[in-house]
Amino acid sequence: MTARAEGVPPEGLPVGGAMRVMGSETEYGIHAPSAPGANATMMSARIIQAYAQLTRQRAAGGAETRWDYTDEEPLHDARGWTLERAAADPSQLTDQPPVLDAEAVALAYGRRELEADGADESGSLLMNMVLGNGARLYVDHAHPEYSSPEVTNPRDAVKWDAAGDLVALATVRKVAADQDLPPINLYKNNTDNKSVSYGSHENYLMPRSVPFGDIIKGLTPFFVTRQIMCGSGRVGLGQDSSRPGYQISQRADFFEAEVGLETTIRRPIINTRDEPHATADKYRRLHVIIGDANLSQVANYLKFGSTAMVLGLIESGQAPKLEVHEPVAALQAVSHDTELTGTLRLVDGRRVSALDIQWMYYEAAAKRAQETGVSDAVTGDGHTHDVLAKWESTLTALGSDINSAASTVEWLAKLSLLDGYRQRDGLAWGDARLGLVDLQWADIRPEKGLYYRLLARNRMQRILDDGAIAAAVTAPPSDTRAYFRGRCVTSFGKDVVGASWDSVIFDVPGFGKLQRVPTREPLKGTEKLTGALFGRHQDAGSFLSELLGLNTAPPAA
Amino acid sequence: MAGQEQQQPQAREVVEEDIPEAPPAAPEAQASEATQGVDDLLDEIDGVLESNAEEFVRAFVQKGGQ
Repeated sequence: MTARAEGVPPEGLPVGGAMRVMGSETEYGIHAPSAPGANATMMSARIIQAYAQLTRQRAAGGAETRWDYTDEEPLHDARGWTLERAAADPSQLTDQPPVLDAEAVALAYGRRELEADGADESGSLLMNMVLGNGARLYVDHAHPEYSSPEVTNPRDAVKWDAAGDLVALATVRKVAADQDLPPINLYKNNTDNKSVSYGSHENYLMPRSVPFGDIIKGLTPFFVTRQIMCGSGRVGLGQDSSRPGYQISQRADFFEAEVGLETTIRRPIINTRDEPHATADKYRRLHVIIGDANLSQVANYLKFGSTAMVLGLIESGQAPKLEVHEPVAALQAVSHDTELTGTLRLVDGRRVSALDIQWMYYEAAAKRAQETGVSDAVTGDGHTHDVLAKWESTLTALGSDINSAASTVEWLAKLSLLDGYRQRDGLAWGDARLGLVDLQWADIRPEKGLYYRLLARNRMQRILDDGAIAAAVTAPPSDTRAYFRGRCVTSFGKDVVGASWDSVIFDVPGFGKLQRVPTREPLKGTEKLTGALFGRHQDAGSFLSELLGLNTAPPAA
Repeated sequence: MAGQEQQQPQAREVVEEDIPEAPPAAPEAQASEATQGVDDLLDEIDGVLESNAEEFVRAFVQKGGQ
């Protein structure tokens, strides 16, 4: 019960509750119904290209910026070793720019296609952008991916994640307006229901001093069961959906290991990729790959909020002490138990339900938040009170009148629609129309996406109004280094030649060589620390001069 | 801004469906507020769903991701 991590980084944020440096990654399903054989990587590049065209229109001089790969270390394992490159699956080598040059495009698509569209002046397609809101938009394997800027709380995590859906929507509209291209649909889901899954990841900053073994022990039971709150629902059982039915999670059937480095094969419940994207001896970035992509704002909010609080419990040694027997099998059993009546065997012999386990974590988190004062409605941190209230009411609903949770819990919202069709039209689970409801639930176009149809009828609760989400498409969060990155891209886009989570690179006339500004402290480079600096300078040269001239320059930690 | 945003959910629960209710619902449906108005909703969604369900679902083939 010792609070050994109290007061340790992430510095600057209140400890004990739901505040923490965090962010989301969404890989979108991509499909051109009128061109079913189209190359997915090529289509994804078109999506990125479409956004580059839009941002060029928005910001004279070009708001798009290339990604800087210098600090990517996808083979570093948090357990203390580095995988040999030769032993890695090619899909793990995410530190090399995915080059899609003219030759590759021609091979995949034919030369005529290339000439008609796509390539920029240098002959290569833009595969990677840093956006003015601090996010990254790029081609990951065969999907377009939006990685949100770093935020400090679950409400902002939902806001900038939802802003990514608007970015994706803008690209879909742009492509659809081009008479020469087949329209491309994007889906915020995690499987094609034919054996393939793609991810929606969360990232949380943690002090490196926390032993990784504690993280594994503390998180595994939570991850096995949190899907009852934040699963998105899936029609079909098994990786290839060969068995008809409905389950809670999009992702559960694709997990095959308890702990591991991989994200594309033998997916583990706890992922050990150790790329801190920050000062490495102080922080680790916990890379969470087990979550479903959420459209429901409340589900997304609870996913980030509850997980952030559980990490706090692990850091302070207060996580519930329990160990689930065979967690991978348990994960799938929970996902398949849509009545929430099953129990899981613990290693100590007890049998408990998924809901019981969630209550244990809730109770521990509520207790710690109360002890630290962060959950006070008036004097607290402004977030934890609300997270606990929603967490508690959701668990209460799941334990009593399960359907009353359908306006917040995404798998129940989707199920209400599916059950409506099953009852009205007498459809069996294997019917293609139910598969279509599942797929089209996640279409990001408001006129086609079934989630959005429910939202328009106020059948889904909101955390944020539409205006706040729309503003986050262009504005970065004010309270992390994403502010510095985003403002650099927006204000000095034509002089920024690259950026990454922990750097911004300038090429400014008169500076001779490239200037790489490191941003290794996630809570520096904020509006408070750098807003005035941006306000004082119209051009990159004078901005950089002041930034580099001052030893106290905030982002250069 | 946070306070203002928080007020959204409660207000939205009470919105009325303006299309008259159709056939008598099954007992389970009557028991739950969440499923009321589903028939009306399904009528709307019928018009939104892609027309060729079987073919559309079959053609949605993705390459692997993370």
